[in-house]
Amino acid sequence: MTEPQITEDLVAAHGLKPDEYARILEIIGRSPTFTELGIFSAMWNEHCSYKSSKKWLRTLPTTGPQVICGPGENAGVVDIGDGQAVIFKMESHNHPSYIEPYQGAATGVGGILRDVFTMGARPIAAMNALSFGDVSHPRTRQLVHGVVDGIGGYGNAFGVPTVGGEIRFDPSYNGNCLVNAFAAGLADADRIFYSAASGVGLPVVYLGARTGRDGVGGATMASAEFDDTIEDKRPTVQVGDPFTEKRLMEACLELMATGAVVAIQDMGAAGLTCSAVEMGDKGGLGVRLDLDAVPQREPGMTAYEMMLSESQERMLMVLDPAKEATARAVFDKWDLDFAIVGETIPEDRFIVLHGGTEMANLPLSTLSGAAPEYDRPWVETPAPAPLENAPKIDPIEGLKALISHPAHASRHWVYEQYDSQVMADTIRAPGLGAGVIRVHGTAKALAFTSDVTPRYVVADPREGGKQAVAEAYRNLVSVGAWPLAATDNMNFGNPEKPEIMGQFVGAIKGIAAACAALDMPIVSGNVSLYNETDGSGILPTPTIGAVGLIEDVSQMIPGLPRDGDLALVVGKTHGHLGRSALLDIAFGRRDGPPPPVDLRAERRHGEFVLRNRGLVNAATDLSDGGLALAAFEMAEAAGIGVTIDKKKRTASLFGEDQARYLLACPFDAAEALMTAAAKAGVPVRTVGRFGGDTVTLGRASAPLAELSAIYRGAFAAALG
Amino acid sequence: MKAAVVVFPGSNCDRDLAVAFRAAGFDTAMVWHKETTLPDGIDVVGVPGGFSYGDYLRSGAIAARAPVCRAVADHAVRGGYVLGICNGFQVLTETGLLPGALMRNTGIKYICRTVPLVVGPADSPFTAQYEAGETIRIPIAHHDGNYTAAPDVLARIRDEGRVAFAYGDNPNGSAHDIAGVLSDNRRVLGMMPHPERAADPALGGTDGRRLFAGLAGEFAAA
Repeated sequence: MTEPQITEDLVAAHGLKPDEYARILEIIGRSPTFTELGIFSAMWNEHCSYKSSKKWLRTLPTTGPQVICGPGENAGVVDIGDGQAVIFKMESHNHPSYIEPYQGAATGVGGILRDVFTMGARPIAAMNALSFGDVSHPRTRQLVHGVVDGIGGYGNAFGVPTVGGEIRFDPSYNGNCLVNAFAAGLADADRIFYSAASGVGLPVVYLGARTGRDGVGGATMASAEFDDTIEDKRPTVQVGDPFTEKRLMEACLELMATGAVVAIQDMGAAGLTCSAVEMGDKGGLGVRLDLDAVPQREPGMTAYEMMLSESQERMLMVLDPAKEATARAVFDKWDLDFAIVGETIPEDRFIVLHGGTEMANLPLSTLSGAAPEYDRPWVETPAPAPLENAPKIDPIEGLKALISHPAHASRHWVYEQYDSQVMADTIRAPGLGAGVIRVHGTAKALAFTSDVTPRYVVADPREGGKQAVAEAYRNLVSVGAWPLAATDNMNFGNPEKPEIMGQFVGAIKGIAAACAALDMPIVSGNVSLYNETDGSGILPTPTIGAVGLIEDVSQMIPGLPRDGDLALVVGKTHGHLGRSALLDIAFGRRDGPPPPVDLRAERRHGEFVLRNRGLVNAATDLSDGGLALAAFEMAEAAGIGVTIDKKKRTASLFGEDQARYLLACPFDAAEALMTAAAKAGVPVRTVGRFGGDTVTLGRASAPLAELSAIYRGAFAAALG
Repeated sequence: MKAAVVVFPGSNCDRDLAVAFRAAGFDTAMVWHKETTLPDGIDVVGVPGGFSYGDYLRSGAIAARAPVCRAVADHAVRGGYVLGICNGFQVLTETGLLPGALMRNTGIKYICRTVPLVVGPADSPFTAQYEAGETIRIPIAHHDGNYTAAPDVLARIRDEGRVAFAYGDNPNGSAHDIAGVLSDNRRVLGMMPHPERAADPALGGTDGRRLFAGLAGEFAAA
């Protein structure tokens, strides 16, 4: 098959800048073939090369005694004691989810699960952080339904419990929703599998589903006008098959247990290209692929198409040749395709053969090693003006405004569509705060949360970045878990605009400071840039996924207040209303600075709660909606009322000061807690008590049943 | 006292069910879908939840034609005990071991939630440790749990006291609130709710444990 001529337009259509193309010519000393151009564009695009973000990502804290493997592999690996490790990562699937919400979200879940089991871990928990446009925007409802269906459709069938997440609405996401999928898995710490190939002349094996044309050009946006072999109606969004993924996982884990696997890499973005280059590059080897051996779903595929296909549920593996028969038997058992498609070679070359012709022959190490890296110009985000004319509102009216908005109403409409209990180790299901999963067969448990407050980040990227980490930390503490490590999913607009790059840089600085101060290193992550429509960017959304450890499930903070429990607030309340949820939802205002984050106070208060967790019946962090919303949510979950004392006014009820927790404790335990707090120098105040069937905030009150009906019905009423 | 848990490709509650059987004292084996016989001396066969063969066709339809299902049917015909949960219930209706069918939930959506169940007659091994009419709380997690059967079949199931569990607050549109159905010899039970997810205090409920205990009691007594 003749390949198209390389022209300036073709180069540009592959997203390569003229200077980037010049570099390619310099590296290979000739014009690339069409297939080679496709390979370069796949390796050098923003998604694979992190060319705009790398410089800043390097500044994140990524190490610690608990870290077994930080960023750079398929997912981060963290020690949880007893020779076990938790493996996790969060990744975006934003653009596909906007184009085709069901499949976009479903394959987002599939991709992140594959990242986890590629490393030898059985997935045990999933979360998803979703950002949609305005509730009343005509596309929002359809996107919410499609994305939630897709997440459930994939995760439920695969059989991983979905235990947490976030969902927010803002007009800046009208043309660009965000779907960030998190997955965590469990493995023995000495049986982690990596992507670095080792050994020359070893078979490179293709596993899983067949290769089709789906997703060709998904990353590079090659268009039909220069290549009529790609049918122009072919969707660029991949189609997910959770049944194949489930079999692929079981087969991979079974095969890994036999010792046959030398290296393994899942095929995600730019499938065969990225996975083969990754394995060769990390192992300092070359790779030769023979595309005639690739299992294909449709006839007549070109080398270009096969190298760029993003068909789902596929893996590439370097195999111990002595165990080939064992490997084949495992894949036969699971009825999956298994083919030897190449071998490792000593030379630093990436050779692709098709139909007896050499379609590509490139220096392999330059494909990732020589990828461009930019120090994009950036400007500091101007400091927001102080908040003026802080509003006042009847506290019950304020609460009603919040809980009748889908962003702060009960999200059971969403999470009840996800299987949160499969695997029968879910100790704390979604609803409030972190989800908790027991480590199967042990008394340990892991807590999972994902957090960010984009309306803070846009006002002050650095404080917003800190706050995202701090809130994740507090959510882990609130279930009694010691924070271990985090993953970051950085969603931003166009980095070529200095103000957007400034948001990115500021957020990274804040995240770095908070992760260092809270001893929660970043072990994996993903960057999604160019989230813009018609030149206007999304709210900067650096989602933080975090994992904590509960050494013994008996140490978990149970979660529901009891009738008669005192309500105590840990941390100082100044009444910070700038950028608060109340200001946003009840007054349509987004002004003032976000609440400042005192990282020393965060750590001190967090450790105080953890050391005294045995005294506490329920804990929650104070964030969106402040004390008023937290007290209501905690009481509502238990089906009892709550009274917050008389003097509380708008700012102290709805202010979003950081480093705070609301605790529910029986009287005697509260006394002990106050004594401990005095000793530790941690501010703790009694603010009211739980009980009865009325919610009283300062001088206003309403029946719990009335508020509960609003809270439980609002999401479905707006979007169901 | 031996149990077998059938494993189809796409089963995902197989381990959970085995854990619950073992906790109740059963020596438990996993049986692959391509097997044509069950291991010797099996007393109870568990057909677990999940998405057998992806359930891209009607839920449970392909699994019902798997080689192992012939062996399960033979076991039932010989008077053996069978417990099908969720997808397992769908498989048992597709094999004809239980009457009726499970259609898409009336609300169209998948539902994962802990729901109240009213226990039917306590004269089956599965319900022996409950009080008839008692309300228990067990999680559901399904898309196709809307039980239906021909009117005469429904009438017979009811008249013969074969509704092992009924929903207290019907979540999916099932006829007569039916959540679980017994065979006429009361030794085969299919149910949409997941008792194996409510058999451990750490998971927030133990109401499911008595189902497994009742089944174990059947053999302890023998």
